[in-house]
Amino acid sequence: MGAVEKQRTEVASPAAWEYAPAPEAREIVSFADRYGLFIGGKEVAPRSRSWFTTVSPSSEEPLAEVAQAGPRDVARAVDAARDAFRGWSRRRPAERAKVMFRIARILQERSRELAVAESLDGGKPIKESRDVDIPLAAAHFFYYAGWADKLEYAFPGRRPRPLGVAAQIVPWNFPLLMLAWKIAPALASGNTVVLKPAETTPLTALLFADVCRQAEVPPGVVNIVTGDGSTGAHLVRAKGIDKVAFTGSTEVGKAIQRELAGRDVSLTLELGGKAANVVFEDCALDQAVEGIVNGIYFNQGHVCCAGSRLLVQESIADQVVRKLKRRMATLRVGDPLDKNTDIGAINSSGQLEKIAELVQSGIDEGAELYQPPCRLPEKGWWFAPTVFTNVAQSHRIAREEIFGPVLSVLTFRTPDEAVEKANNTMYGLSAGVWTEKGSRILWMAERMRAGVVWGNTFNRFDPASPFGGYKESGFGREGGRHGLEPYLRFE
Amino acid sequence: MSDRLPVRKTYKLFLGGAFPRSESGRTLEVEGHNVARASRKDVRDAVVAARKAVAGWSGATAYNRGQVLYRLAETMETRTSALAAACGSRREVTRSIDRVVWYAGWADKLAQVLGSSNPVAGPYFNFTIPEPTGVVAIVAPDEPALDGLVSRLVPALVGGNAVVAVASETHPLAAIELAEAVATSDVPAGAVNVLTGLRSELAPVLAGHMDVNAIDVTGADGDAAALEELAAENVKRVVRAQEDRSPWEIAAFMELKTVWHPIGR
Repeated sequence: MGAVEKQRTEVASPAAWEYAPAPEAREIVSFADRYGLFIGGKEVAPRSRSWFTTVSPSSEEPLAEVAQAGPRDVARAVDAARDAFRGWSRRRPAERAKVMFRIARILQERSRELAVAESLDGGKPIKESRDVDIPLAAAHFFYYAGWADKLEYAFPGRRPRPLGVAAQIVPWNFPLLMLAWKIAPALASGNTVVLKPAETTPLTALLFADVCRQAEVPPGVVNIVTGDGSTGAHLVRAKGIDKVAFTGSTEVGKAIQRELAGRDVSLTLELGGKAANVVFEDCALDQAVEGIVNGIYFNQGHVCCAGSRLLVQESIADQVVRKLKRRMATLRVGDPLDKNTDIGAINSSGQLEKIAELVQSGIDEGAELYQPPCRLPEKGWWFAPTVFTNVAQSHRIAREEIFGPVLSVLTFRTPDEAVEKANNTMYGLSAGVWTEKGSRILWMAERMRAGVVWGNTFNRFDPASPFGGYKESGFGREGGRHGLEPYLRFE
Repeated sequence: MSDRLPVRKTYKLFLGGAFPRSESGRTLEVEGHNVARASRKDVRDAVVAARKAVAGWSGATAYNRGQVLYRLAETMETRTSALAAACGSRREVTRSIDRVVWYAGWADKLAQVLGSSNPVAGPYFNFTIPEPTGVVAIVAPDEPALDGLVSRLVPALVGGNAVVAVASETHPLAAIELAEAVATSDVPAGAVNVLTGLRSELAPVLAGHMDVNAIDVTGADGDAAALEELAAENVKRVVRAQEDRSPWEIAAFMELKTVWHPIGR
């Protein structure tokens, strides 16, 4: 880290403005001291008798104790989901839809509470949890609620049927939003679910259990088992599941695919990424710089589809990097609950170590590091927004997913070279193109091997828009009509 | 007349548009012929040939791909006798030919049925289109010798993928007859590659190959689980036949790409 701390000169900060603190009140959330598992519509103590503490990454303050589900707990949750499947799948679809519409409404009604909880437990800036995570989670339920009684129109010539029990494992970067991406299409299709939230961010999922109570979701239709990676492994191995949906690292995704080999369990994987964000010389420059910043520093770069490789046309590279550095100097790093915060806390100490290790490799391999001057809080886990120039395609920082606020800048001369470099990765989740030429956006979009391509924007999501990867970024789509298919079988 | 010896055919591999022997020089006696016994090296060469063919075949217009596949039905039709002799059933041949015609017609309708435009909350034209996954490995079932392969090969091909197929181990002749029809059909060289030999030798190499994007294990019988495990190494799409013929059989070999195109004055 020593070398990282240095090299902070070069571009003076244009942001001499001081902001008064503007913290969101946290009283709106009250966490219980301890949360059991949510199984069969009730909170139950874990048979494992084991608990762990979830802490706020911005203050290291303990927030609550959470159950560590063991194999017997997982089996119990799967049984509850199995028992509930008959009733839920045979319920009149229009009634199933109404349960889901209720969930959407309650998420909207409790949005402020959920946003504060999300920022407390995960470390993301309140402006993001408030304006992105929670509204999109509600929108997702609203969108899929409408599908519940229209499934026969979704796939021409096919008769859709639910699969059964869906085992769902979600990551810590968008805890409630990923829960919504998983649960909404599963319920709309008539499945019941056992969801495992990430170890470091279980609280909004546990609040969601209370949303289910308010919405009168029938017992066992939604079950939530908390725990670490071992709980997820138990869930994947559990008898009685019909489907696994996983969002997380490519490494774990491969292990799950191996584990399920030869089993009659359908699988969708949404894994890592190393997205190229391609900036052409004819782009609207300031708009592109905003897009670059949003592409990599949104949610501290804890985004599988983050634009972590900036491919900029050589003719404007110096100008773009200069503007980017100026913009970076205005980013405010700090208290996630402060409404002016742009970059919150790194989700865990483990993730911070991983970021620091990869950044050090960038320095060691000869890339040039820049970080704007910024004071990081004493407590908690933080990493300053970082950009590397002079990056070669062979560098680890150009190949491996960092999952932190670290951007690698590479250059290209021709559109063909941009395509070649953009596709030079084992991943294929997302990509961006910046140009004022519409035909070029579509030309690039045609050639980039990625599941989502953003033209003159980045990191934009919508429940109607299918999302998912090519290559080692996984398979299956979430969102849109296509997002129903992984939860259905066809007769 | 009765003195004349018939000219026998040498059954070789179909690789990159040519008909080479196995680089290993090995053959197997099957169905009364010495059939090439492909090696791991042949598998890797076939994957290279397929990868080279992806850009051209997937980049062809959908209308063009449809016509090329229709032409495959034509070249199969003229070889009906040879195909029937190889697979033992004229009805199987006509069923296969009709299947090719059916799938040929899907080429320029796929995007309309499998794709969508998506009403997002923002100033973007957002649409989703199917694209070929790339190189597809197909482990053909032992039987039916011809239609078993055709019913897996053609749905993969029509979407723009390039294919490396492992032919039926017990009845490989029909696959090579089919390859001859492919070779004269305007399907570009390398878009279809057919290997004969021992499935247990060839299929695992394909399943573990890092430049293969998907594997169809319909014909793998008891080996499917082991292949699936190998396939995880690069997150391959593992495909199994679901329906006799359906656009969704094509969809299983496709990726879905969603594009956000800006709208503005």
